[in-house]
Amino acid sequence: MSPTQWDLPVELCCRPMAFVTLTGLDVVYNAVHRAVWDAFCANRRADRVPISFKVLPGDHEYPKCRPKRTSYEWYIPKGILKTGWMNKHLNLVPALVVVFYELDWDEPQWKEKQSECATRVEIVRQSLQGRNTKVAVVLIQKKTPLPPGEDVIASERAAALCNACELSGKSLFVLPHTDHLVGYIIRLENAFYEHAQTYYYTEIRRVKSHKEFLNKTTHQLLFVRHQFKIAFFSELKQDTQNALKNYRTAYNLVHELRAHETNILEIKTMAGFINYKICRLCFQHNTPLDAIAQFRKHIDLCKKKIGSAELSFEHAAWMSKQFQAFGDLFDEAIKLGLTAIQTQNPGFYYQQAAYYAQERKQLAKSLCNHEASIMYPNPDPLETQTGVLDFYGQRSWRQGILSFDLSDPEKEKVGVLAIQLKERNVAHSEIIITLLSNAVAQFKKYKCPRMKSHLMVQMGEEYYYAKDYTKALKLLDYVMCDYRSEGWWTLLTSILTTALKCSYLMAQLKDYITYSLELLGRASTLKDDQKSRIEKNLINVLMNESPDPEPDCDIFAVKTAQKLWADRISLAGSNIFTIGVQDFVPFVQCKAKFHAPSFHVDVPVEFDIYLKADCPHPIRFSKLCVSFNNQEYNQFCVIEEASKANEVLENPTQGKMCLVPGKTRKLLFKFVAKTEDVGKKIEITSVDLALGNETGRCVVLNWQGGGGDAASSQEALQAARSFKRRPKLPDNEVHWDSIIIQASTMIISRVPNISVHLRHEPPALTNEMYCLVVTVQSHEKTQIRDVKLTAGLKPGQDANLTQKTHVTLHGTELCDESYPALLTDIPVGDLHPGEQLEKMLYVRCGTVGSRMFLVYVSYLINITAEEKEIVCKCHKDETVTIETVFPFDVAVKFVSTKFEHLERVYADIPFLLMTDLLSASPWALTVVSSELQLAPSMTTVDQLESQVDNVVLQTGESASECFCLRCPSLGNVEGGVATGHYIISWKRTSAMENIPVIRTVITLPHVIVENIPLHVNADLPSFGRVRESLPVKYHLQNKTDFVQDVEISVEPSDAFMFSGLKQIRLRILPGTEQEMLYNFYPLMAGYQQLPSLNINLLRFPNFTNQLLRRFIPTSIFVKLLGRLRQENCLNPGGGACSEWRLRHCTPAWATEQDSVSK
Amino acid sequence: MAVCIAVIAKENYPLYIRSTPTENELKFHYMVHTSLDVVDEKISAMGKALVDQRELYLGLLYPTEDYKVYGYVTNSKVKFVMVVDSSNTALRDNEIRSMFRKLHNSYTDVMCNPFYNPGDRIQSRWALLPVSDPVQVGPAFCVLLPSFCRTCLAILVAKMQPFGKQGRKGLFKL
Repeated sequence: MSPTQWDLPVELCCRPMAFVTLTGLDVVYNAVHRAVWDAFCANRRADRVPISFKVLPGDHEYPKCRPKRTSYEWYIPKGILKTGWMNKHLNLVPALVVVFYELDWDEPQWKEKQSECATRVEIVRQSLQGRNTKVAVVLIQKKTPLPPGEDVIASERAAALCNACELSGKSLFVLPHTDHLVGYIIRLENAFYEHAQTYYYTEIRRVKSHKEFLNKTTHQLLFVRHQFKIAFFSELKQDTQNALKNYRTAYNLVHELRAHETNILEIKTMAGFINYKICRLCFQHNTPLDAIAQFRKHIDLCKKKIGSAELSFEHAAWMSKQFQAFGDLFDEAIKLGLTAIQTQNPGFYYQQAAYYAQERKQLAKSLCNHEASIMYPNPDPLETQTGVLDFYGQRSWRQGILSFDLSDPEKEKVGVLAIQLKERNVAHSEIIITLLSNAVAQFKKYKCPRMKSHLMVQMGEEYYYAKDYTKALKLLDYVMCDYRSEGWWTLLTSILTTALKCSYLMAQLKDYITYSLELLGRASTLKDDQKSRIEKNLINVLMNESPDPEPDCDIFAVKTAQKLWADRISLAGSNIFTIGVQDFVPFVQCKAKFHAPSFHVDVPVEFDIYLKADCPHPIRFSKLCVSFNNQEYNQFCVIEEASKANEVLENPTQGKMCLVPGKTRKLLFKFVAKTEDVGKKIEITSVDLALGNETGRCVVLNWQGGGGDAASSQEALQAARSFKRRPKLPDNEVHWDSIIIQASTMIISRVPNISVHLRHEPPALTNEMYCLVVTVQSHEKTQIRDVKLTAGLKPGQDANLTQKTHVTLHGTELCDESYPALLTDIPVGDLHPGEQLEKMLYVRCGTVGSRMFLVYVSYLINITAEEKEIVCKCHKDETVTIETVFPFDVAVKFVSTKFEHLERVYADIPFLLMTDLLSASPWALTVVSSELQLAPSMTTVDQLESQVDNVVLQTGESASECFCLRCPSLGNVEGGVATGHYIISWKRTSAMENIPVIRTVITLPHVIVENIPLHVNADLPSFGRVRESLPVKYHLQNKTDFVQDVEISVEPSDAFMFSGLKQIRLRILPGTEQEMLYNFYPLMAGYQQLPSLNINLLRFPNFTNQLLRRFIPTSIFVKLLGRLRQENCLNPGGGACSEWRLRHCTPAWATEQDSVSK
Repeated sequence: MAVCIAVIAKENYPLYIRSTPTENELKFHYMVHTSLDVVDEKISAMGKALVDQRELYLGLLYPTEDYKVYGYVTNSKVKFVMVVDSSNTALRDNEIRSMFRKLHNSYTDVMCNPFYNPGDRIQSRWALLPVSDPVQVGPAFCVLLPSFCRTCLAILVAKMQPFGKQGRKGLFKL
């Protein structure tokens, strides 16, 4: 884009740098000179001194210096600042001219060379006539110079050269062309820089010196000019602080000028320039707040200086430019490290610039609406002789005229007309959009999403004005959802209105329909008449006709649009548009609601679709279909009305396909669920509502799920929060807000109509075949088929239970590990109505504890639902918790033959094993038999017959058995000797015959077996009689492998006399037996102590009489001698009656004794 | 006086917007809406601060060429935004503060209205004052709570009498 009138001049915006020209360099043909030049201009980074170099020929003509004025008295300035001035000092008038000359100190033709050099310097001086520009000479030498002072010729010749060229020694330099060129160049540069600074210093002094000649009446403009020049030279001198100070003064001076309509533009232009410089320097000094304050001041001062009303758009343009320039400066500063904040960033300035640009456009539109017949004036008043203005901000047709009166009003008129006509050609929208997009980029950076949206709306509107409808729509569409989601309906409506216009003008069918739908909806704040108009248009579009043009549209654009619409109508093609509504707020609302959260499969699934229209007139839809996750149901939920296109408007309030505004329309749908869907969820995936029909155009509104659009969730929340009472409505009508969307339902199986009973006798006993009687009775009205039973342990319990529980249908045999814990799908056949079925189930529980058992009965039944035959699968389950307990407790103990408790048994000596069976079952138990299985180490003394066969035990009763055993010597066994197993076979008394008997095996405890050296047993009758001989034989058995020395003595007793060895000492050989025969003669009747036998083993001092007492009897019952019983007494029992002998203390004997004594 | 007053719900939709130059309402709507950027930013920056000590007044949100926008946020995150003419130098921070306080009181009164459902857009249906005048903040917000509602409240309070003082207190705390 070429620079316009309002762009700031380049020389103002750049950073001023000292200007130095280099002469005598032949950069085209001389390689050495080329290298020198490259070193000067390459790599100019921030660390190099700020100088701009230029290579010029030695005889270059510099701008002529005007003759110095001796008096300002009669001088009247024609303007503030000449347009060429800044450029002159930046690029034309050098601060220093450097003459390069190739000359070595040992040059043989020194004289000639010296004079040539002097001539060159002279030529340069000639062309700089009257300027203070410095001249310096650089000698390019091939040799490295010697350190100063050593080369005598050099210093001599240098002095001579300076003299010849009229140079001071400081202005003569030597540039050896060696390896360190760049280093030398940098040193040269620094020296040049010093010279340049001196030059600018003198320039400042020179300008300042004019001041005293000025007077305030005629030279006001000069005050500003001089101040500006001083500041500019300070900048060239890189003295930014002073530059800033002087610019500020200049700024104040500008506003002190007398402003008039004729010079206001010049004042504003200059003020803008100086303001720009001040802001720029403030940012450079890192004082952004100063910059902002200055800018605000500037704007406040200049805002009202509009100038000529006919050209007020110029003021707007200028303002816009001011803001834009400041925004650019700000942005540049940020790029250099300044941090901006949300509320203070360049975006605001760009935004403001855009506002002024808009204002400019408005003003231009109202001021430049000339007839087309008005021609651009000829000759062009805006043309000047040189093509440029002499002074900044002046009118081209009256340059340099300072008078406030218009000398030539006719000329003025033509000039204004020319400007106005020119303004007409400006692409305002382009400018506005550029500024806005700059602002958008800034606001995006500083977290202002809403501001960004707002600016995008403005951009969109601007594109609309610029007739770039595609871009406008794109932008508007992009931001619409932001406003929609935040519920700013007024703003949304205004955006939509613009968008609708765009889509109309482009004849974009789908967009047009979408925006119409939303503008008719409840989110729109349009008035009813507007809505009616839009609705009418929409209906027209649906009937494949052109809509009426939108209001406030450009007439030419409307004409084009009408053509486009006509094309659309004639164009055959797809005329069905599907529009998803969840992203906007259409004028039809939809809610779907299943009647219940779940339906049995044998009843039809029912749901309602509620529709409500928000448009001002009734509208008819042509089709409504509902889609489900299972698409097979879709066919049942379609409403369609074959209506002709032109019927859309007829009979509007009749029929169920017609939506009356504000009224809630309820549509009931019903279908029978498939039996496969039992246990599944049926979901409404979408609701499609078709407006219009296929012969015209058709719009399908598509609601995802059970309805609801962009605004409905917030509304639902609000309705839920509300505690307003709603007025009562007639039946069949509901309040829209009270409808809650329910888009899914479960299909559950039919309610079973059978009864399942369980009969059993808890608790179960461990290991028994526990009988569970399942009774299934059908209460159905028809026959049920395929009845299946699943029974057993309920899954999901402890894994150990599964392994220790077994279920079978056959109770006649015991089940083992191979049987499962759960029997599944046992077919039991069909059942007629009322029929009952009984099934026995046997459960064996291996461990105690409670278990949950499940009985699950499933069946099929034919059902008619909605005149449709369906096969339903029903099931009923029953769970029961059964406790398992031990049937009985078994206690085992070892006792001696004298029924004394034994801690240990003695080898080869008989002992008794007593078992005690205590019933713990609440039900009577029958002990079928018991068995003692002895370990090989045990032998029995007599037969091991069961003593408890067929005993019935009630709760708490016990059955005992006693076995006499002997344990042969085994040596010392650690931990005792295994005894064997006790096996009880039992069943419930109530159990049937064919139920198997359960064998419970009880492992008997181990016993500790001990050896004794000598075993004594006595052979004596069970009783004696007074004064009757009582023979007693003691057997002494040596159980050891040694010969035993035994001392035996019998202590006398008062109750007996006895014969036999009273005291003896004898030896018993290993494994042999010694018999000792005594004849006791009882003297007294009763329970008498026998004469005690004392045995002393010499080898085993541990063997005490205490131990001995365990084996031999210590007392005997002595009877009185009766006459009649003599013969009996002579036969005192055999060896087999040892048991009787042991049980000598039973009370029975005593009673008999009493009777006998009588 | 303010040229525009807005009450914004917690979810950032407008509950109430009135502006004096009714012809350019849209501009003020946009201005209020864009100022929410700054409000959001300020609230999130404040989030860490203790709830009790929180300053409800947010101060100047951002200046535009012609208007100044001030913000205020209640504890329930309802925002008040007020647009003031830049040229009106009589309005200092303190005046703005007291205007907001009045606005807050009026809003609380509206909340106490048993017929008002929190979250609904405030329809000044009971407006006793003409809508053109709502911006003179003092009496302006009477728009929101006309005497009709006050009467209703009084009746309710009277009905609560049997419940004793606590009943009354409870109502007023609402």
